[in-house]
Amino acid sequence: MRERSLAIRSFTDLANPTRFVALAGRLLPWLASLTALLFAVGLTLCFSTAADYQQGETVRIMYIHVPAAWLSMMGYTVMAASALGTLVWRHPLADVAAKCAAPIGAGFTALALVTGSLWGKPMWGTWWVWDARLTSVFILFLMYLGLIALNRAMDDAGRAAKVSAVLILVGFVNIPIIKFSVDWWNTLHQPASVLRLGGSAIDPEFLRPLLVMALAFTCLFFTLHLAAMRTEIWRRRIAAMRRQAARGAASA
Amino acid sequence: MSAHLGYVAASYGAAVFVVASLISWVVLDARARRRELQVLEDAGIRRRSAGGGTP
Repeated sequence: MRERSLAIRSFTDLANPTRFVALAGRLLPWLASLTALLFAVGLTLCFSTAADYQQGETVRIMYIHVPAAWLSMMGYTVMAASALGTLVWRHPLADVAAKCAAPIGAGFTALALVTGSLWGKPMWGTWWVWDARLTSVFILFLMYLGLIALNRAMDDAGRAAKVSAVLILVGFVNIPIIKFSVDWWNTLHQPASVLRLGGSAIDPEFLRPLLVMALAFTCLFFTLHLAAMRTEIWRRRIAAMRRQAARGAASA
Repeated sequence: MSAHLGYVAASYGAAVFVVASLISWVVLDARARRRELQVLEDAGIRRRSAGGGTP
């Protein structure tokens, strides 16, 4: 395609993979730099704030546990929106977006589970309990792994996209369960203390590093997602080129 | 302070491991696919819609 035809005039123009690849190439260096800057500021704040009077030094675990837990849910929400794009609008990039978000979401969910466990041992006296919050997040992790396996197991990308999209939307029921589990059931995990009616219950001293780290992790998610999507488009192009070469060889 | 320092260090270590793994996967995969595309283009294989452009 000529350079002029690749110009992005509206949001729908991004449906064209070639335009998307060109835009990703321009955005990625900026996004990566912003992510690095936010992590530098966030980590400085993480280790320069005071220890909590009750939790002591373990409050610093919260600065990575809470953003990782938020992103585990956001990753799945991105996948659910993409699944809708696949099934309803048949957007060419929707399946690419869903497929690429799964390993990143699984990584953040694993991090939330591990850091939660490392915080739980000194604070609760146990590594793990099967309460509603911890169990529903563990189920989310298994769902991510199942979707990754499903995508790898099916050779037909179009069929894999549709089956995955249906499964993603069915599994989305787990997201409100995770969010409200601490309100609906009696859990060892504490209720929401940042995103709640009536405002945050956290002192600004601790809220500041937490929000900067959440922003840094969010930027990291979108940087990785954008880069992975661009690579997935290349992978599909390679497959198409190989098929075309094979057809050419067969007809020659 | 030192009583719980191990838990804090392990948490940040896990974060570094997960983030480094994700970044490595994305960067190495992109590099491999870019190389593969280049090999195919050098062999004269083009997508029908590409019209001779670069991917």
